[in-house]
Amino acid sequence: MEGSAAVAVEGTIREEVEDVVVRFAGDSGDGIQITGGQFTLTTALAGNDLSTFPDFPAEIRAPLGTTFGVSAFQIHFGSREIRTAGDAPDVLVALNPAALKVNLSDLNRGGLVIVDTGAFTDRNLKKAGYDDNPIENGEIEGYRLIAADITKNTLEAVKDHGLTQKEAVRCKNMYALGLVYWLYGRDRAPTTNWLNEKFGKRPEIANSNIAAVNAGHAFGETIEASGETSAYKVAPAKIEPGLYRTITGIEAVSFGLITGAQKAGMRMTFAGYPITPASGVLHALSKLKQFDIVTFQAEDEIAAVCAALGGSYAGTLGVTASSGPGIALKTEAIGLAISVELPLVIVNVQRAGPSTGLPTKTEQSDLYQAVFGRNADAPLPVVAARSPADNFEVAIEATRLATKYMTPVILLTDGYLANASEPWNIPDVDAIPDFPVKFLTDTKDFSPSHRDPETLARNWPVPGNPGLEHRIGGIEKSYETGNISYDAANHQKMTDVRKDKIDNIANDIPEQEITRGEDKGDVAVVGWGSTFGPITRAVQKAQADGHKVSHIHIRHIWPLPTNLGALLKNFKKVIVAEMNTGQLVTVLRSEYLVDAQGLNKTSGQPFKVSEIEEAIRKSLGK
Amino acid sequence: MNVATPPEKLTVKDYASDQEVRWCPGCGDYSIVRAMQKALADIQAPLEKTAFISGIGCAARFPYYMATYGFHTIHGRAASIATGTKLANPDLDIWVISGDGDALSIGGNHLMHVLRRNVDLQYILFNNEIYGLTKGQYSPTSKVGTRSPSTPMGSVDRPLSATEFALGCGARFVARGIDTLPKHLPEVFKRAHAHKGASFVEVFQNCIVYNDGVYDHFTDKKVAADRQVLVEHGQPLIFGTDQDKGIRMKPGRIELEVVTIGENGVTKADILVHDETNKSLATLLAHMESPAFPVAIGVLFCDPAETYEAAVHAQVEAEMKAHPSPNVNDLLRSGPTWTVE
Repeated sequence: MEGSAAVAVEGTIREEVEDVVVRFAGDSGDGIQITGGQFTLTTALAGNDLSTFPDFPAEIRAPLGTTFGVSAFQIHFGSREIRTAGDAPDVLVALNPAALKVNLSDLNRGGLVIVDTGAFTDRNLKKAGYDDNPIENGEIEGYRLIAADITKNTLEAVKDHGLTQKEAVRCKNMYALGLVYWLYGRDRAPTTNWLNEKFGKRPEIANSNIAAVNAGHAFGETIEASGETSAYKVAPAKIEPGLYRTITGIEAVSFGLITGAQKAGMRMTFAGYPITPASGVLHALSKLKQFDIVTFQAEDEIAAVCAALGGSYAGTLGVTASSGPGIALKTEAIGLAISVELPLVIVNVQRAGPSTGLPTKTEQSDLYQAVFGRNADAPLPVVAARSPADNFEVAIEATRLATKYMTPVILLTDGYLANASEPWNIPDVDAIPDFPVKFLTDTKDFSPSHRDPETLARNWPVPGNPGLEHRIGGIEKSYETGNISYDAANHQKMTDVRKDKIDNIANDIPEQEITRGEDKGDVAVVGWGSTFGPITRAVQKAQADGHKVSHIHIRHIWPLPTNLGALLKNFKKVIVAEMNTGQLVTVLRSEYLVDAQGLNKTSGQPFKVSEIEEAIRKSLGK
Repeated sequence: MNVATPPEKLTVKDYASDQEVRWCPGCGDYSIVRAMQKALADIQAPLEKTAFISGIGCAARFPYYMATYGFHTIHGRAASIATGTKLANPDLDIWVISGDGDALSIGGNHLMHVLRRNVDLQYILFNNEIYGLTKGQYSPTSKVGTRSPSTPMGSVDRPLSATEFALGCGARFVARGIDTLPKHLPEVFKRAHAHKGASFVEVFQNCIVYNDGVYDHFTDKKVAADRQVLVEHGQPLIFGTDQDKGIRMKPGRIELEVVTIGENGVTKADILVHDETNKSLATLLAHMESPAFPVAIGVLFCDPAETYEAAVHAQVEAEMKAHPSPNVNDLLRSGPTWTVE
């Protein structure tokens, strides 16, 4: 495997470990996310499997040194399959006292703490809420410690490059990165290359950062020579052959939408309004105009969905993206899209809590909103991504359903999936089947309400075509002519056909597969969305202990796969693990009269594997 | 593709759909729809390239009565939907039809932005100073003291001037028409259509059921000549039964005044000549209220600028030119990659 040589550093005896969780933490201005991103890339190049979890504060620049301004980036990597960002860190890099204060309790006992003693000033300690220095007062007893004056060492390392004091201090994240590179025997070249590229116009900044990486690495070698700390080796994982890259959920959903539009043979009209954590989709697509995409930053969420629908009306693929509160504002227009039967893709990057809630924290609490959250009987398909890369396939599927069935589709992803990244075996897009959209051009016996007898989708006459002039609108329409109709029997018929059309999609989606395990047994752990990682790992561990436990992960939330009800009844117990107070579980109980039990968490943090393991044990009566 | 052969020349009738019109008998909307059909016939607008997009309200039923493409959407949002439609297909000729509640209350935000962006479409606001379809509540253009089901003791909030709002939003074309001027109104629509960019037209429209006669003080035939000034670019602002009244700048003040030609030494040369490219003048004219001033009707302001969709598509085309035939497989493989064997 390419890059695997990096783990073998000459002359160093390294302790081999199967998997490691490292958390970088510091002030929100310390460049923690960049540090994490670089470590991720290098780790991927070294052939490990990995999963990451960026955790940043809502404030862009919270007051320096405060606990609420702490930004963190966690990476879990190993020589085995890695599906979660890890329950508890083995290594914590704390660039200031606040970062230590917030994160220390999460660290595994015996874990390694790397601190920048230079940042542990009286002032910073006080801001973090420490009465005295935790490094000196025994508070970190039970952990291993690398205490280095990273600030001072960094300044020393970069002093010849002519930076200002402020710019020089900013290089300390790279010093810390260099130190962690040493710890796991990582190749520094990818970061050196990246710095040279990023700061090509300011070589003094690139060179300073490179000097900081090298100095951090050298510091590691020094302490190793002194015998204080040993270094580690994480062997490459067994990974399916292919060409890989790392991908975030935002990138994957954006690329998936572009691919979906191409498969449908359509141009895309994307309209969005800035909202955390969904803005990334607007940003990503705005940079890809060469794919004949129009992106539009609307004046509000309502205008965004309306412009997307207006784009669909004109015969392009209308797409909008937002998060829960923004989706709430779009609701009326989504109802219009259902009523006039036009395609529309609505991406919901879910975040925590009602109202503003916790914008930067993750949750899966918009399932009810997606499936049920509109006035009147207004069904639409709902699909959900389970990992950062899975957003790609799910976005293509959302596009397929929207265009084939002339319906709005909600794609549920979440803040964790949007920002987290994972290695991705890059697919060959040419191998994905096309699903070309059919615009109506035949003027014979024309009615805008004629339907495909199989899909029940209405035909699609697009403005601009002579002889197909017609009027559509949100008022109930005649099943036959599409003209306004207040007829009672017609409304019954139209309500039925709208429902049947969506229900019928169940016959056009794959049957539910068992994600891991047998198709019958003692316990099925059912999940959807970003709980995939922790559920599958917990089930894997339970199976290793000899338990008859399976994992069922649902992509098509509405309509549900046709075989799901029967599948669930093959298990003595059904646990539904969700980051909400129990939404999918309610749907499953109501649809299948199955005694499914919820395992629920709404702390703004993903499930820990151990939490799901415990639920499985309880369910098994152990 | 099956292309219907269009008749040699489209007539007014060809622009009317087969749907039964359901406005109240005597409603001002009838004459507006007729004026529109006449305007479109005059310019021979292709049916298939024309789309009427409306929100909610009495006026919003308009698209059903036109034989073009039409989209009756949701309350206040027609401008946003129209923006998306125009961005997706700039070849379409889009008319947004709205009312005072739809455009200025629930849809005020979207009206503001469609005007400031200068999306190439015509925005027709039927102003009857009342909510008709919901049975007569006062609207954001109702005069203080309007008695309605929701304001039985009279409304207390001050009204908004639609035209001044449009000018304030940066509209590049602002005009006014009246439902009872069947010859003048189609001309206003034709001017709006000819202007590239967002064209805003306020039509004073009588609601015969809930606000009958609200504009009589300047539209009634008996007073119209003295209470209206039909503005025309390059022509002096003269009005009155005897065409002897005029508008001029009050000496020493940034203020208009009404004068009589031949009185106090006033000659025709003192009368302001309308310059529709002058926004300050347009703002002063829009502000004139009856009975102290005549109400200014016609094209108050017209000063074209680059349209929004043209600028958006210029960027898309530049990117397509800079990166010809982009390939998704290449996109997915951009940035750092590695091979696992």
